[in-house]
Amino acid sequence: METTVKIREFLEKFIRDADVADDEDLFATGLVTSLFAMHLVLFLEKEFGVKVDNRDLDFDNFRTINAIVALIEKKRATA
Amino acid sequence: MSMTDHEKEGATMAWTPDQLRAQEGFRAFVDEAIVPFADLWDRDEHLPEGIVRALADRGCLGATIPTDLGGGGYDSATFGILCEEIGRGSASLLSLLTVHGMVCQALTIWGSDEQRAQWLPRLATGATLGAFALTEPNIGSDAKNVETTVTRLEDGSYRLDGKKKWISCGQIADLFLVFGQQEGKPVAFLVEKDRPGFSRAPLSGLLGFRAAMLAELTLDGCVVPEGNMVGRPGFGFTHVAGAALDHGRFCVGCGCVGLARGCLEACLDYTSQRKQFGVHLREHPLIQRMLTDMITHIEAARLLCVEAGVMKDARDPRSIMATSTAKYFASTMAARVASDAVQIHGANGCGQEYPVQRYFRDAKIMEIIEGSSQIQQTIIAKFGHLDHVRDQRARSRKGSRG
Repeated sequence: METTVKIREFLEKFIRDADVADDEDLFATGLVTSLFAMHLVLFLEKEFGVKVDNRDLDFDNFRTINAIVALIEKKRATA
Repeated sequence: MSMTDHEKEGATMAWTPDQLRAQEGFRAFVDEAIVPFADLWDRDEHLPEGIVRALADRGCLGATIPTDLGGGGYDSATFGILCEEIGRGSASLLSLLTVHGMVCQALTIWGSDEQRAQWLPRLATGATLGAFALTEPNIGSDAKNVETTVTRLEDGSYRLDGKKKWISCGQIADLFLVFGQQEGKPVAFLVEKDRPGFSRAPLSGLLGFRAAMLAELTLDGCVVPEGNMVGRPGFGFTHVAGAALDHGRFCVGCGCVGLARGCLEACLDYTSQRKQFGVHLREHPLIQRMLTDMITHIEAARLLCVEAGVMKDARDPRSIMATSTAKYFASTMAARVASDAVQIHGANGCGQEYPVQRYFRDAKIMEIIEGSSQIQQTIIAKFGHLDHVRDQRARSRKGSRG
């Protein structure tokens, strides 16, 4: 739950409509720019102490807030 | 020439004793091996193999590569100092350091374990020279729409077709990080210089970066194995090019501080030697004003670069905008300083006897490469709005909680 809140707080900076649902497609918001992508990777690594690498580069890992939370939990579990 | 007091204060404010010692070493190397020859390289439009080897032997080419992969593992501040010093000596050589480092950075962050193990130790020693191949004859800033096509073949390999232009060190690099589109998805590949279907042609007669060994690359049915893909289809621009460009912007920003310092030092020398109207130029208030602006703006640019470096080492997301801001400010500053340096030198500044004409030409290029000033303006303004909206929301929430 806390992970979701932190990710939502981060995403709010990039989303005009702050009410995006946890399972809403972020790509459909037009959010995913190179600027956002780089910010997101650094945010996830710094905030959650994980390393995002080339094996994680799958659109499904970043499509929704829930998907990002799942990625973080998976990486924490295998760290 | 020794540092001015302003420079010493700026240097010591944020740097550690180790970083200052590194600066001393870089400075001596640049004074001995680069400054005396930079004009000659510029005129010849050629970087001698010896200087590239010297850079490699000092560990500069592997500066940012992790130590467990044979690199120097420099922190960003030390790497920034290196870029500043190389930029003071030769923008063309800085260009080599930049594009080589961009390939190293992309592989360090997004390379597979196999790619990192195969290439980073060789890139670290300079046994392999890297270059970044994004720009095309028809595509510059609109990089997401590169026209190079990537086609997956039945055996799992990939065929690349297209042209890349204005590729720094394209004449001498061994390994290219090439960007293309696979069915509309941006994708990045490593292409070795000896791949069938790959060819290159030198570009000459440029305004600046004349010794940067630029080339136009042709990919004509160039087939590479799947293992040469960096990242995944769809992530080539946002992640792989993004990481490389972020590194390049930092390198260029710091290099611009060095270029401007080169201008300042040339002007401090010149205005102490040349007399007009019976007194040294340095006694003229209008000259003093230009020198004052140079010193102040160089200091400001360096502080922006130092801040970006500190954030980079902390893996702080804010480092991305800090780097864009530093690159934008430092490159526009360098162009202004170089223009004033030519002005101070008068007709002498337009000839080959003094280096300021080279700085002037090179400074213009700095405003174009690794994201033009207009791209930086677009990004920085957009981000300013995002910050503003976030702050408004935070204030609104605070207000509603009473």
